[in-house]
Amino acid sequence: MAVTERSSQLTKQSNPIVSRLRAVVLSKEGILFLIMIAAMFILSLLTDKFLTTNNLLNQLRLVTEIGLMALPMTFIIITGGIDLSVGSIFGLSAIVMGFLWQDSGWPLELAIIMCIVVGTIAGFINGLFIVRVGVPPLIMTLATLALYRGMALGVSEARSARGFPDWFFDLGQRQFLGIPSQLWILLIAAIMVGIILARTPFGRGIYAMGNNELAARFSGIPVRLYKLVIYTFSGFMAGLAGYIFTSRISTTRADMGTGLELDVIAAVVLGGTSINGGSGSIVGTMIGLILIQLLKNGLLLGGVKGDATIVIIGAILILAILINNLVQRRTGGD
Amino acid sequence: MTATTVSAARQSSPGWLKNLRTLVSGQEGALTLSLVLLVIVVGTANPRFLAQQNISDILLNSSYIAVAAIGMSAVIISGNIDISVGAMIGVLATISGQLSIVPGMPIWISWLVPLIVGPLIGAVTGFLVAYLRIPSIVVSLGMMSILKGGLILATGGVWIYNMPPEYKLAQQSFLGLPVPVYFMLVLTILAALWMRYSPSGRAIYAVGGNKEAALLSGISSRTVLMRVFMFNGLMVGISSVLFATQFSSIQSTVPNGLELTIITSAVVGGVSILGGTGTVIGATLATILLRAIGNGMIFINVSAYWLQAVQGTLILVTVLIDLLRRRRQAAQIRG
Repeated sequence: MAVTERSSQLTKQSNPIVSRLRAVVLSKEGILFLIMIAAMFILSLLTDKFLTTNNLLNQLRLVTEIGLMALPMTFIIITGGIDLSVGSIFGLSAIVMGFLWQDSGWPLELAIIMCIVVGTIAGFINGLFIVRVGVPPLIMTLATLALYRGMALGVSEARSARGFPDWFFDLGQRQFLGIPSQLWILLIAAIMVGIILARTPFGRGIYAMGNNELAARFSGIPVRLYKLVIYTFSGFMAGLAGYIFTSRISTTRADMGTGLELDVIAAVVLGGTSINGGSGSIVGTMIGLILIQLLKNGLLLGGVKGDATIVIIGAILILAILINNLVQRRTGGD
Repeated sequence: MTATTVSAARQSSPGWLKNLRTLVSGQEGALTLSLVLLVIVVGTANPRFLAQQNISDILLNSSYIAVAAIGMSAVIISGNIDISVGAMIGVLATISGQLSIVPGMPIWISWLVPLIVGPLIGAVTGFLVAYLRIPSIVVSLGMMSILKGGLILATGGVWIYNMPPEYKLAQQSFLGLPVPVYFMLVLTILAALWMRYSPSGRAIYAVGGNKEAALLSGISSRTVLMRVFMFNGLMVGISSVLFATQFSSIQSTVPNGLELTIITSAVVGGVSILGGTGTVIGATLATILLRAIGNGMIFINVSAYWLQAVQGTLILVTVLIDLLRRRRQAAQIRG
């Protein structure tokens, strides 16, 4: 609080650099970033195993799948929608891949492509019903949450696919240029998607839809097409994440990714994207994602039991939004 | 049965034909019709589906979900959502079970405590939503983590056995039906009457439909939201007692995905996720329908593995039918 007041006095002398800096620091992402740095500092005091390059890179490896799905989820939540089916699409795609290869004798390369294709189709179906029939996104994806998971169960009959050849694990378990391979995908995807959201007409259209869909439609934004694109993209990413996850843990089962949708949504919402739509950013989502994982890992290494970690993360989710609300309200006032 | 009486009572204009038509075209009517159809189809294919024991099982297994779906309906009608209900049921059932095996403790205490703790948790959620204006999906997401982690932390996820026989409320029967079924029926009717006829009940619809209009007509949305979340806590409390007393042992963890089952019941029951419309009768009927579908599929030899896929499809179909119906109604109003 004291810092806030002092910095607001500084800007009264209207130094453009300081006021610019203040705007960045006091933005949702800025506050969240500060919270993350503070958390990292405290966690590094708890244990010296936490703040090592190896550990941090490894933690990022673990969140790649959630991160990939959080990118389209950011778009979707900004438009005021939601996609609850990503965990099920994730499971279904991976199961289709595993069984096309194991039972139907498809070449693994082709099965991997099908994994992503199945995810994309599943997302496209969500989008199609949402824009064509007008089913609210929450209800549509609640139904397909059950449907896609059910299909995964039906296809696999609760068996698992395993015994993949060695090259299959390159993406999930090995490194490329000193960094976990799949992290490159997340990095490139996040930068591209971040630029698309912040700097293109498409991205601005997404914000416009979230603020006022009717106004967006009247100003010539192809609302339906954009929605179809983002839900399809969400399915695509869930399929890709399903492949990466299978490559990381070496096996695939129908119940894989159950409840994952809530982790994805938590990262997006913690990242400052308003659940009511209209505001949010990819930078915020990525910070939210990393903050959650670092907390989980740091607390665990610091000797806090896994279950207590969940409690702390739940509390931080609420607190972070609360702090941000307070700061935004205060700065929004002047 | 209950749908008939209440929906009919709602209709002020006379004429039984008109009454019947509004009834059948409403979501509650559609659900009743689907239920009747299901019973006829599955019952013809396999008469064992209609055995009294099976019907009573379907109703019993619907009960604790339906009671929780009543609270959820109120929350969703107010324009919010509560994802933490599954975790709440886990926590409250554990508390109830643990109390029941404390020597010398009267049994009614283990039934009563969840009904007090439930509204308290609801009050915390409600306070964060109503007064600190954090979106309910975020609050309940956080609350879910806190409760889930806290429960395992406190208990280690142990199983609770050896509850005294008189504790097992849900295993008692009255006039041939399990006791929880009466809870489901009575609470549904009471909640429906409250939400339809009392000012405090109507206020929930007002807040969910149009917050500003509600404020201008003198309704404090904060008070209403606090009340809604505490009401939800109470329903979840009752639900958790029914849940805890139905089985011979309780695992002190959170039942997986229970919140989604409850939300699905409310939504399939016609409660609009956008807030402002829906009834608890629809929610209860939907709970029973979904249970009956799951149960019926076993009787017509659908592979257990495909059960969930068929259920998902049926949810989708129900929602689509409702959507088309609403669109036609809107067209009628315009025309």
